[in-house]
Amino acid sequence: MPQPLQIDLVEHGVELIRRASTVLPPDIKAALEKARDAEAVGSASQQALSTILENVAMAKADSSPVCQDTGTLIFYIDHPFGYSTAQMREQLDTATVKATEKSYLRPNAVHSVTGKNSGNNLGGGSPQYHFHEWDKDEIRIRLLLKGGGSENVCTQYSLPDNRIKAGRTLEGVRKAVLDAVFTAQGQGCSPGVIGVCIGGDRGASYAAAKEQLFRHLDDTNPDPALAELEHQLLAQLNGLGIGPMGFGGKTTVLGVKITTLHRLPACFFVSVGYMCWAARRAFMTIANGEVRYDA
Amino acid sequence: MRKLTLPLSDADVRSLHVGDPILLSGVMLTGRDTAHTYFLDELLKDPLPESEKDVAAAVRPLLQGGAIYHCGPVVKKVDGGYSFVAAGPTTSIREEPYQGDVIKHFGLRVVIGKGGMGAKTLAACQEYGAIYLHAIGGAATLIAKTVAQVEGVYKLEFGVPEALWRIRVVDFPGVVTMDSHGQSIHEKVEADSRAVLQRLMKG
Repeated sequence: MPQPLQIDLVEHGVELIRRASTVLPPDIKAALEKARDAEAVGSASQQALSTILENVAMAKADSSPVCQDTGTLIFYIDHPFGYSTAQMREQLDTATVKATEKSYLRPNAVHSVTGKNSGNNLGGGSPQYHFHEWDKDEIRIRLLLKGGGSENVCTQYSLPDNRIKAGRTLEGVRKAVLDAVFTAQGQGCSPGVIGVCIGGDRGASYAAAKEQLFRHLDDTNPDPALAELEHQLLAQLNGLGIGPMGFGGKTTVLGVKITTLHRLPACFFVSVGYMCWAARRAFMTIANGEVRYDA
Repeated sequence: MRKLTLPLSDADVRSLHVGDPILLSGVMLTGRDTAHTYFLDELLKDPLPESEKDVAAAVRPLLQGGAIYHCGPVVKKVDGGYSFVAAGPTTSIREEPYQGDVIKHFGLRVVIGKGGMGAKTLAACQEYGAIYLHAIGGAATLIAKTVAQVEGVYKLEFGVPEALWRIRVVDFPGVVTMDSHGQSIHEKVEADSRAVLQRLMKG
């Protein structure tokens, strides 16, 4: 028999979704404020960032979605030994339906052949769940709401790529990320956050790139070579001058986060996950029968 | 900031230039992927299918001199109707194959969305007198507050995001990023950033 859940994930799942959809994480908000103050006074770019921040404040005050595209729900769940993942999934599915009813989420799951919207965000692959058993005596649930506009500009390179003269080195990775963000222009709702994975097979690589989007903007990559590349890319991507909404300006990305997976000798993928400025994440920890939220 | 009320005339549109911030008021329609193919594939049929006559009669006068908003809103049911909870713009470039033809055949003056559009739409803006108004992507709650009333909805069977929502807006904010004089901020930013990219690619 699996261990019983200490708390009802339906009610708390709705609260987790509400927080993710309506409250922008503090580090993202601070980065947007800094970006606003850096743009030329009275420019369209500064106006865009002021509007964005005004919208963020309104969304929080009203508990309404920061963005109407409430995205794909991506849950990462770390749990101790002995819990039923089927039960957790069922309860979080129910939370998703309820959060849709409360207008924290837009009905966003569309059948790919019939075009019919399921109306409640449930469907094949929706929401998306990643379960992982760990040694800690607590359940940690991380939720990312990944919007579609920025999803459309995510991209993957197979190195070497002669088109951008990128070989199988960190220098090649640098070129791939530069090309991806240039190609996206303002389409992904810049200034965005860039998650990158070097290696893996194609599927795992994309997933790991997106998992990087859970990282805080001000953290430091434990791998010094990757930390340096993150730092370098942040400066170079902002040098592109694409700016907020693609209006031109100083801030094109808020952060760059890079990870690696082992690869096959034959393959070298670089996956670039683009998250819009509305980088919506929320975390929940369940320990000793109590629930704690953070972001 | 310049305030404009729908419908717009050719002269209104010609007086606008890229970079102009605008506050737009009046009645307009939301429409995205399904709506654009619907306009061109169904409403231009001759004869018009019987099933689409009511929608055509309602929609055509709104589009003439009017605005279409690339948006799939979060909607709440309220007493006897609907209200918009969150209603930021969606990515416009998906409508690039259709937008110029919709401007041409329906007399559209304002295309509202995000991310800008391409050469075909820019040419139609110049030829027929229209602008692309860039709304702030993701500013969904703020924009929803400028929607004073949801007057109705057509083709709800397309699903909530794809339906044609008839909305009355007051001081809807945006920036002209493509004008009727052949100018596009998007083209300029892309060209400027390409020059930087080429330098950075040399290492």
